[in-house]
Amino acid sequence: MDKLLKRMFAPNEKSGFLPSLIAIAIGLVAGFIFLLISRPGQAVGAFLTILTSGFGDIRAVGEVLYHATPILMTGLSFSFANKTGLFNIGAAGQFICGAYAAVLVGVKCSFLPGHLHWITALAAAMLAGALWGAIPGFLKAFYNVNEVISCIMMNYIGMYLVNYLIVQTVFDSRYNQSMRVEASAVIPRMGLDQIFRVGPRISSVNGGIIIAIVIAVLLYILLEKTSFGYELKACGLNRDAAKYAGVNEKRSIVVSMIIAGAAAGIGGALVYLAGAGNRIDVVDVLAAEGFNGIPVALLAMSNPLGVIFSAIFVAYLNVGGFFMQRFDFAPQIIEIIVAIIIYFSAFALVFRNLLRSMPNKFRKKKENQTEGGGGQ
Amino acid sequence: MTTVYFIVQQTMFFSIPLLIVALGGMFSERGGVVNIALEGIMIVGAFSGILFINTFQSALPGQPILILAILVSAAAGILVSLAHAYASINMKADQVISGTAINMFAGAFAIYTARQLRGVQQIPFQNQFRLQSVPGLGNIPVLGQLFFQNTYITSFLGFAILIAAWFVLYKTKLGLRLRACGEHPQAADSVGVNVMKMRYTGVLISGALAGLGGLVFVIPTSTNFNATVSGYGFLALAVLIFGQWRPGRILFAAFFFGTLRAISSAYTGIPFLQRMDIPNVYYKMLPFIVTLVVLAFTSKRSQAPKAAGVPYDMGKR
Repeated sequence: MDKLLKRMFAPNEKSGFLPSLIAIAIGLVAGFIFLLISRPGQAVGAFLTILTSGFGDIRAVGEVLYHATPILMTGLSFSFANKTGLFNIGAAGQFICGAYAAVLVGVKCSFLPGHLHWITALAAAMLAGALWGAIPGFLKAFYNVNEVISCIMMNYIGMYLVNYLIVQTVFDSRYNQSMRVEASAVIPRMGLDQIFRVGPRISSVNGGIIIAIVIAVLLYILLEKTSFGYELKACGLNRDAAKYAGVNEKRSIVVSMIIAGAAAGIGGALVYLAGAGNRIDVVDVLAAEGFNGIPVALLAMSNPLGVIFSAIFVAYLNVGGFFMQRFDFAPQIIEIIVAIIIYFSAFALVFRNLLRSMPNKFRKKKENQTEGGGGQ
Repeated sequence: MTTVYFIVQQTMFFSIPLLIVALGGMFSERGGVVNIALEGIMIVGAFSGILFINTFQSALPGQPILILAILVSAAAGILVSLAHAYASINMKADQVISGTAINMFAGAFAIYTARQLRGVQQIPFQNQFRLQSVPGLGNIPVLGQLFFQNTYITSFLGFAILIAAWFVLYKTKLGLRLRACGEHPQAADSVGVNVMKMRYTGVLISGALAGLGGLVFVIPTSTNFNATVSGYGFLALAVLIFGQWRPGRILFAAFFFGTLRAISSAYTGIPFLQRMDIPNVYYKMLPFIVTLVVLAFTSKRSQAPKAAGVPYDMGKR
């Protein structure tokens, strides 16, 4: 345990998250300054609300976990591809394709018995997301198409296609939304409703968060504990060197994008199979969850286990921002705070160097003193 | 013939902002700094420009306020791009992370500020900037109707920027040095070029162009600003790569994409296409699919600046 803690805070280790903590502190202070400038009288109250609401009671904690679920999945999607040196900005398209596949199965396949229904819906979402990720991966590997562009294009193609398909298959024209999924397609609560409740008021959290955390752990094991994961990372660090060492770099790129797409697709399923009346709006707007995964992944430095915590942290801020609205501040202050945190987390290298040099200076001073003392 | 005029005019509205912003991105990347923040800079630029128009429109109507707003947008863009330049040049940060942060900040900042200032998210403006016909030139047969009627001064600004960009990049000392910093900064440094200064120049030019590009995008296509430029910054990035980081090809790429986009949004006005009775989803997806296919055929030999995205390290060989 002691060793683990040391590693996490060690300034010279790449895995140390002290730089992220510094960035978080700066982001929060900057957010507070924004509040102060716009309405000094209420800034303190609003800021405290942001910080405390997520812990307010056990039900609020449940809400935090509920809101963490989709960004955890899209965060995993981004970080997994990032480990292979790919910039998966296409999670929005993969997410919405997964969401559509899940809703389609959830509405149409009511003949599936019991738990099989939601599991099938989840699997369908995974496949749809994987397919949407596979295309940019394939184009990158075999045609050298920059994945940033192809992902952006796939986002728009996916959005228009899904809107069209919803209208053709599972449309509820009264609300301009997709239809409600069958009750058997809703992900079970897995006992979480018994934990995260205050009296009769239960929170929206469901089995989705457990599924997401399990997937995060699996992806971590795949990346860090298998030779296949090692090959993927080698590709990310230096594609040519990996090829020289006998890694099939083309396959690695495609597979990495397939897994990233599958993760984002599952994210879509977890939102729209969550019950809670979530339905896909038929509007020409890219899914925000796809982009919100990027800061989550960056904050965790693309470590799948870290993504669990950063997703919960960002969701905790968002829940705080929701409650802060009673002070008549726009909730976008949360996005501003997260953006500033991400900006400063990019300075990790500088922070790390600073931290590393600090103890050294301190030590040198000490050594000089003892040497001086010995001479007299 | 009226259909052709209509399509060309529509194409301008879509292509010109793409052209301006992609040219901005070109300056940044040819100098060696990847600027994924174009989207965010466009948002802040459009926000500042529209807010300026909204505030002063009653006092100073017509074209002069548009020109002032363009300057305001460019200045706001420069301000935002400074943050990106500081992170990627001074702090040697991951340029993609810094860009993502700025994209996220911009949208939230525009909504937050609008709501704190005006109570609502949308900022309306009156579009009095459309030129029915440019005096003199608008009367030329065919050409006049194609390019000088139903247009905005911003369209001409776009072409002026294109020519200036080409000239600066290829015919001036600044352009040569900038390109050197994007290809091999150590070599540039060894002959006395100030890499830091060059890269700052590149990023700040991209900020100015992306900022005004945001305004140019919003003015003809809407009557209010709702804290978004509909992903046009990302599309400009695609145009930049499609255009292989060169002004001429960027022009082609911007108009290629813009034409497809114009057809997809206005195909009901084209009798021939309307008779074919194809579901409109295909038209909407068309520009993106065609771009993907074209890229698949043209990307084998990419001419990206070699040092783009790599922080300058003096000690590296």
